[in-house]
Parts: sequence; structure tokens; C-alpha cells
Amino acid sequence: MTFDIAILLTQDGLTNGALYALLALALVLVFAVTRVIFIPQGDFVVLGALTLASLQAGHLPPTLYLLLALGGAVGLIDAVACLRSGRAHAVGRVLLIELGYPLALWALCHWLLPLSQSLWLHALLTLAIVVPLGPSLYRLVFQPLAQSSVLVLLIAAIAVHFALVGLNLLGFGPEGVRTAAFSDAVFEIGSMFIASQNLWIVLVSAVLIVALYLFFERALYGKALLATAFNRTGARLVGISPDLAGRLSFAVAALVGTVAGILMGPITTLYYDSGFLIGLKGFVGAIVGGLASYPLAAGGALLVGLLESGSAFYASAFKEVIVFTLIIPVLLWRSLKSHDRGSEE
Amino acid sequence: MKVETLVVPAATAPARRRWGLPLALLLIAVLPLLLPQFQVTLFNYIGLSSLVCMGLVLLTGIGGLTSFGQAAFVGIAAYLSAWLGTAYGVSPWLTLPLALIVTALTAWSGSLLTLRLSGHYLPLGTLAWGISVYYLFGNLEFLGGHGGLSGIPSLELFGFELREPSSWFWLIWSIVLLSVLAIRHLLDSRPGRAIRALKGGVVMAESCGVDTRHYKTAIFILAALLAALSGWLYAHMQRFVNPTPFGIHAGIEYLFMIVVGGAGYVWGALLGAALITLLKTQLQDWLPLLFGQSGNFEGIVFGVLIIVVLLCARDGLWPALCRWWPWRRAAGITVVPPAEPLPLQPKPARGEPLLDVAAARKEFGGLVAVRDMDFRIAAGEIVGLLGPNGAGKSTMFNLISGVLDATSGEIRFRGERIDQLPSREILARGIGRTFQHVRLIPEMSVLENVAIGAHSRLQVGIGAAMLRLDREAEARLRHEAARQIERVGLAEDMHRPAGSLSLGQQRIVEIARALATDPLLLLLDEPAAGLRHLEKQALAEVLDRLRGEGMSVLIVEHDMDFVMNLVDRLVVMEFGQKLAEGLPLEIQNNPAVLEAYLGGVE
Amino acid sequence: MKPTTRSPLLAVDDLHVAYGKVEALHGVSLRIDAGRIVSVIGPNGAGKTTLLSALMGLLPARGEVHFRGEAQARIAVEQRVGQGLCLVPESRELWSEMSVEDNLRLGAFHRSRARAAELRADLDEVYALFPRLRERLRQAAGTLSGGERQMLALGRALMGRPQLLMLDEPSLGLAPKIVREIFHIIATLRSRGVSILLVEQNARAALQVSDYGYVLETGRVVLEGDSRVLANDPRIVESYLGLAKKAA
Repeated sequence: MTFDIAILLTQDGLTNGALYALLALALVLVFAVTRVIFIPQGDFVVLGALTLASLQAGHLPPTLYLLLALGGAVGLIDAVACLRSGRAHAVGRVLLIELGYPLALWALCHWLLPLSQSLWLHALLTLAIVVPLGPSLYRLVFQPLAQSSVLVLLIAAIAVHFALVGLNLLGFGPEGVRTAAFSDAVFEIGSMFIASQNLWIVLVSAVLIVALYLFFERALYGKALLATAFNRTGARLVGISPDLAGRLSFAVAALVGTVAGILMGPITTLYYDSGFLIGLKGFVGAIVGGLASYPLAAGGALLVGLLESGSAFYASAFKEVIVFTLIIPVLLWRSLKSHDRGSEE
Repeated sequence: MKVETLVVPAATAPARRRWGLPLALLLIAVLPLLLPQFQVTLFNYIGLSSLVCMGLVLLTGIGGLTSFGQAAFVGIAAYLSAWLGTAYGVSPWLTLPLALIVTALTAWSGSLLTLRLSGHYLPLGTLAWGISVYYLFGNLEFLGGHGGLSGIPSLELFGFELREPSSWFWLIWSIVLLSVLAIRHLLDSRPGRAIRALKGGVVMAESCGVDTRHYKTAIFILAALLAALSGWLYAHMQRFVNPTPFGIHAGIEYLFMIVVGGAGYVWGALLGAALITLLKTQLQDWLPLLFGQSGNFEGIVFGVLIIVVLLCARDGLWPALCRWWPWRRAAGITVVPPAEPLPLQPKPARGEPLLDVAAARKEFGGLVAVRDMDFRIAAGEIVGLLGPNGAGKSTMFNLISGVLDATSGEIRFRGERIDQLPSREILARGIGRTFQHVRLIPEMSVLENVAIGAHSRLQVGIGAAMLRLDREAEARLRHEAARQIERVGLAEDMHRPAGSLSLGQQRIVEIARALATDPLLLLLDEPAAGLRHLEKQALAEVLDRLRGEGMSVLIVEHDMDFVMNLVDRLVVMEFGQKLAEGLPLEIQNNPAVLEAYLGGVE
Repeated sequence: MKPTTRSPLLAVDDLHVAYGKVEALHGVSLRIDAGRIVSVIGPNGAGKTTLLSALMGLLPARGEVHFRGEAQARIAVEQRVGQGLCLVPESRELWSEMSVEDNLRLGAFHRSRARAAELRADLDEVYALFPRLRERLRQAAGTLSGGERQMLALGRALMGRPQLLMLDEPSLGLAPKIVREIFHIIATLRSRGVSILLVEQNARAALQVSDYGYVLETGRVVLEGDSRVLANDPRIVESYLGLAKKAA
């Protein structure tokens, strides 16, 4: 391997690794707060990229239907809950929020799409459409299951993944999609070529990671999320509702997934079912961190990116085999580390 | 103590079994002649999935180990047989044992790694394994890559080549029927009870002498073998293999099948396999019509279906179906017949020193939970261990029973050091225990729960249990369990599910289970907690009777009336240390004890 | 001093709590007037912790609970916190990984709309009450000693400005000197107008600091009365140590 190739592979590895790191952080957060192993994390990446692509093509993204359907379901359930607890006056407000938001967004897309081709506008619309799906999913599927075991939650997460993949296929079709790059510029440093899209990815990932860090370190709601993750009962005793924390963590996960999708769209062809493997690679990183440590998870995800680009060069057919076989010794190591006689109960 | 006369109404109806098997055989014989061919083929696929699902029920639903990787085992057997058949012309009847052996070895070496994974790491590990194996199949040249292998030889049976779907139907469903029988036999046996006890937690199972690792490995291999059988049949029926049906999505689908059907039930495996397979073919027909385009849209329906099942019928559809079944099983009469008693430990003479705790100490990090405790128990004595909350009583208990290892000090039982032994070894030496929070398997009968206690007193292998070669040993175990249940006065409730008893009775079932281990010393952790007054009296009588029979007891209990009337001696702990020791009357008037219990400032 | 007839801060009538089929509280009734300390004492396993968990909404219960005149049935834990009910559980339930100050600030979570200056003032007040917490404000709560952890739990509860503070075994596992300190603080809190429901196994200390007391035994109130009278009742010793009366 020449030096140039090494540089190229490292660049590739770091770019993908940065994205996996984002996903890994979201996975750790969701697991810590809700105990859900969030398999659909990768599907949000795909949803983000496909929604953006459809906006760029000047279409109304089919994701809007999904948003409307989920919003309707949440509105219905919440309205029934309101009526049951004798708060009939709140029904109107609940329905207005859950149905009004998707409809308003629909109108907005309709109005803005012919007016502007701005990437930023499209990215913002994508976020506005995709991110609310996270909390809605939590409300519909995981909140009623909140008392269940990790395994039941895992099966539910996989079921959600199946449904999302099918819906992606239905809405976007089987063709792969690449979105327009943020910029086509290529920088030359010495003998190295660096694609500006790669820089964008690393930069935005870093900014988002710092923003998440500040959110948890400074903002009251960020701390409340951490508090729920560390000690659920303690959190309830100061008035932090676990449902609120769950929805908030799913919102963060959806945000992170969508941003990753927007960033990844220009460098990778994404299909309706690409999310599974992307999410799982973030997962390998998260597991390196034992689903608990944020820095270790990010480090692990970078490692996965590098390993992936390395093995893509040496044995491209076995890329996935190598990445996913890596998980088993890591799991074993985590498991032994956390294992203690009698601590199982 | 004789039990010949134990005649008790039971939930099982022997009458049902008499026509069940002939009916199943008749169905298998006749169905393929009546149904159109494509439906017979559909049933063949259901049978193949059922085999995998039965293994998964054993592993996940009953044993509590979740696996997404079963499709990979199906694939290993299918590919092995396909490759040997196409490349070297090896007969399928030779590749069958080979495929089973290779799968068993793979599963065994896999289990060395994966069974060490605790909690949710295991399903994640199997997920990764499933993905890796799929990509391996797709990328190995000699396995035909993603294109797969075709031209696999068909099966020949008694000189006939199996060509028609109906002949495959007979073969597959005979194997399914045999597997159902074998697994049901297994579950109703000594090893089967041990497997069902795995879900009650490692601590409980080990405290009954169950080698939990051994049984986890065993069900992992068994489930893999059933998957391999399915894979071998698939390869020769289809005569073509490619990686797709062995991918991770197939592995997830098998898990979906048992979740829908009922993960804890053998029949749930068949029901789930049938439902999902039928649904899938139906959906593949009309979903594309509905959506006006072709594609695998059934994922949407499956995903939503699973979520609805999880929300509305957590245990799956089989138990729900049983509740709605119009013909409830008639209550039969089950007799526990007399059998040769199990071997007994030699009993110590009354007053002989039994347990000797010397300077036992347990530290958790910097915290000293038990600080240099000393006390002794002699044979035939009931000793109470008292102390305010957090005094270290439970930790002391766990040190004696081997759930925790002492940091320093010595614990001897009949002169032998036991402080570093695992709980299974301590049990074998004659220390039985109950738990503060009752740990029974609620859906198992009282008799079966107590029989888990007798686990280590007889050996019965998994194979023998499947082939029903264990009936004599099983009769002895059940007889012993019945004897202990009668000893504690619960003979009336012997065949009821343990979960349907009151808490007081459940605590007494735990004592019977501990007695079935043939202990010399019983450790009872708050046996009277949550009991009503009459239940407490009944418990006190049981314990008093046991003392009369020479049993020694160490008891942690908060109910003072109960303790003071029962025990011979008391040991009081505070802050992990021994505060006082003596007769009940001395303890009640001990100022230090009063201070510890009532507290005080200045 | 009998409780007065005017509407009490907390009124509990015929409260039943069951774990599955097993009933742990069989019809407990008690009342707490504003500004008073009421203690519930009793031996291990009497149901004291169960009582507090049910009042807080952590356990489902049958019976009437009125807090500030409002029925509490079907109200979630978080809403009870918002109404001014606060529990310091036996297990403290602190966030060991977070700093002392974060623990305290989160104590005021349900008042997040309050002005920053007001919260700052409350924080200073807690530090004034527990100077040791100020010394350790950047330290992770997990590194504190047992007594400091109890102080932090109390401080966190005070940050929520509770109307009624429910303390579960605040002296549990603490050395006698620290126990004295904690009870001293409880007395101080009362003088600031906080009403307290104190659950204690340490009967003597609890009765010394409280106005009124209930003795709980196997899920029932077996004795109640003015704390000073109760403290000298021989039946308490009996309740704690069984048949002591006969021996004496």
C-alpha cells in the first residue's frame, strides 16, 4: 500500500467513522434513558437522505404522509387518555398540535419548494419533517412498553425497523439515491487531495458532538435526560417524567440520524434498506463503550470506520464479515468487565 | 412416610393423549392426499420453519437466551450438504450426520463465547454472528457466491426418490412430530425442569444444584441441531441454495414467529411458523396489488403485527387461543405412585457441631458489610439471625450459601472449609436455602418446583429424557418431591401452578424445595414476611416438626413474636458486627440490643 | 395535642397497599397539619416504606389520600412533586455520577420556570444549612460519605420547595454522631415552616423531634398519640422486640 492510498483510506475511514460516532452517541443516549436498543437509528439516516433527495428533486417527500399518520395516531391515543382522565378541555389542543404540525409543514413545503433551490432550506425542511417521527414512535410503541425487559424492547425496536424499511420502499421505491454535494471543491494539501464534502462531514459531526456535550453539561433538560439515565426513580422524585425523557431522547436520536443522513447522502448511494447496516456499525461503536461511555463509544465508532475502509481495500468482499465479527470479542470483553458473581439478579 | 394414597385432581388429562397421537398421524398421512399441491408445498415450508422455531422456543422462550442467529445454523447445514452433494457427489444420508456434527461443534464453540455474554449482549452477539455468516456465504467462491449452488441431489428413501411435495410432506411432518414429542418429553423431565428453571435466575437454579452453564450450552446446541435438520431438509427439497434464506432477516423472522405464536410453548412454535408463513405468502400476493408496485412490503405488516402482539398479547397467541378454546381440558386425576426413595446423606448426631463461622468478613469496595462475624450452629438447633435494616444479615446469608465469596475469614461446614466454594458445591454438602423474595417458577406446578430441588440427587441425561428412558428415575424424583410437599403439609395443592398459591404457601413451597435437596442445615431468609397470622402459625409448626426430625435451621426474620417463640438461640448483628448472642430471653433484656433497635440520641 | 379539626395538609384514610396478592398495609389512616412534624415508627417490615411509596404514588394504593384538600388518586409521581409533595427515600436515589451542585439544581426541576436569581437564592440557603455541601459542590455525589449523601438528599428535596417533606429512615446506616446532626437539621427545618412526615426505625430520636407519632406494626397503626406521651409507652418496646413485656 502506498502512502497516498493510506491517506485516502484514512480519510474515508475518518469520515465514515465520524458519522458512526454520531450514531453511536445517540444509541448510547437512547439506551441509557429508555433501555431501548434502537435498531431503527440507521433507518433515520436513510429517511433523512431520501427525504432530502426528494425535496431536491422538487417533490413533496412521502415522509410527510408518515408524519401525518403517526401524528394522527398519537393524537388519537392522547385524546383518549385525556378523556379518560377527565381532562376533556385538553383534547382540542392535543389534536391541534399532533395534526396541525404535519399539515402546516405540508403547506409550507408546497409553498416553498417552487420558490427556492437552496440546500439549506431543503436540509431544514428535512429536519422539520423527519425529527418529530422519533418522539412519535416513542409515544406509540415504546412508552406503553416502558416497563418491559430489554429483550422485549429490542424485539419491538426490530419490528419498528422492519416497518420503516417497508415504508421507505413504499414511499421512495427501490432505487438508490445520492443527494447533491454541499460543495464540489477539492483541496490539495501537499500531495493529498481532500474532498470538501468529507471536511463538511467531519466538521458538522464535531459541531453536533460539541452541541450535544453542551446540551448535557449546561441545559437543564439535558441534565434531566442524564438524570433519568443514571437513576430513574431519583428523576421521578424531582418531577422529571420518564415519558418526557423518553420522547426527548428519541428526538435527539432522530435529529442525529437525520443530520447523519443529510451528510452521508452526497458520498454514499443510499437505498431504502441501507439503514440497518449503517445503524449496526454505529452500534459496534456504542458497544465498545458498553452502551454507557460516550467517549469510548465515539472512539469505537471511529475505529469501525477505519477498519471498514481498511478491509474494503484488502478484502472488499469480506468487509462486513470483518466488521461484524469484531463485535463478538468486544461483546465478550464488555460482558466480562460488567460480569460479577451474584450481580445478575 | 408413605405417599401411595396421594390422589389429587390435576390439570393434565391423560385421556387427551390417547387420541392426540393417532389423530396427528392420521392428519399427516391424509392431508397431502386431500390438499392441492401448492398448499402441500406451503405446509412443507411451515414444517421446516417449525423445526427451527421449536429450537428457538427451547432456547429463548423457555431457557431465556435470545438468539437472532438461528438462520445461520440452518444455512451452515444446508450449505454443507449442498456443497458435498454437488462438488463430491456425497449421499445426503452421509451429509446428514456430518451436517449435524459440524453444526453442533460450531454451536458449541460459539456457546463458549456467546454464553458468557450477559443480558442484552447475547442477542446482539447473535445478530452480529448472523450478519457475518450471511456475508461469508455470499462471498465464498466454492459456495457459489451470491448466486448459490444448484443441482443438489434429492433424497432417496427406501429406494424411492422424494420428488412430489406430498412425499416431502410425509417426511418433514414426521420429523416435526417426532421433534415435538422429544421436546415435550424433555421438558417433562429432570433436565427439562432444570432448563425451565434457568429463567428463574442463575442464583435460584444453582442453589438447587443445577449446573446452569451446562444446560445453557445444551439448549444452545439442541436449538442449533433442530435448525440444522431444517436446513438439510431444505437444501434437498429445494435442490438449490443461496444466501438469502439464511440471512439476518430470516433469523429475525424466526424470532418473530415464536413471539407471535407464543415463545414459551412448543405448540406456539408451530402456530407462529404457520401464521407468519401463510401471512407472508398472502401478503406477497396482494400487497403489491394494493400499492400498485412490487416489492417486499410484508415487513410493514410484520412490524406492526409484532408491535400489536407485544402490546396486547405479550405471551403470544397460543396461550390466548388456549383461553378461548371452548373445550377446556377436563380435570383428570393424577396419582404420584410410590417409588424407590432417593439416596440420603448420612445425618449427624444431635448436638454435633455443624456450621462454624470464624472471623468472616465481606467488603464491597470500601464498605465493610460483614465485619469479622463469629458464630456456630449445632445439629438439631434453630438459630435466629437478627439485626436492624442494613446490619449485614443478608450478606452473611449469602456468604454461607456461596452466593458471595468472603473477603477474609473462614466458614466451615462439618469441619470442611466452604467459604470459597460455589453455591452448587455448598448445596451438595448439605446446606439448602430459601430466598427473601420467593423464587419459584410460577407457571410450573408445586410438584415440579419442588422436584427441581431434588435435581442433584439423581442423574438423567437429555437424550434419555427425550427418548422417555427416564421414567423410573422420574418416578423416584416425583415421589421424593411429593414426600417433601406432604412433609410441609401442602399435599392438597401439589398439582396447582406455584404462582396461584398465596405468598405464605409459596414460602412453604420454597422450604419443601430446599428440603428436597436433602439438607442438614436450612437457611431461611425472612420466611414469615408478608404472611398472615394463621400462615405464620402453620410455618412455625412445620419448622418445629423439622427440628424434631433433627434438622438444623438458621433463620433471618423480623417478626419478633415468631422468632422468639421458635428459636433455640439468637445472634444479633449491627453495623456488620455481632452485637449479642444468647437465649431469646437474654436478648430481649440486653440493653445494647434495645439501643440498637429503638435507637436513641444522647 | 390532638390534631385540630380544620383541613389538614395531608389526610390519609383507610389506605390499603398490596404487592400482588399480598397486602402490606391494611387500612392505615393518618393526618398531618401544616407546620408540624409527624413521625411513623415501627419495627422492620412494618410497612413504613410502603406507606411513603404509596403516598408518593410510586405504588398503587386503595383508599383516600388528600393533599392540601385535593384527592391524589390517579395522579402521577411527577405531578405530586409539582403540588409540593416530596419524598427522600431510604435509598436516597441520588445521581452518583453527577456533581453535588447538579444534583441540587435538578431538585428544582419542576420549578424550572422560576427566575434564576430565585433558584440561586435557594441554592445558597441549602448551602447555608449544609456548609459541607458547598465545600464539595464540584465533587461527584458518589464520592460523598454516608452522612453527606443524606444531607445532599435533604438539600435536593428542599430545592423543590416542598409543602410536605417525607423522610424515609434518614438515620439509616449512619454513625450516632451524624444521626444527631441530621435530627438537628430536621428540627431546624420545622422552625422554617416545613411540614415533615418522618418515618424512622430509630423510635426514640424520632419521637424526640416530632409533635405527634404513629406506631405501625405489620401494616396497621397500633398506637398513636402525642410524641412525648408515646415515648414512654412500654408497648413500643414490645412492638419492637416481641414478648419483652413478659420477660421484664
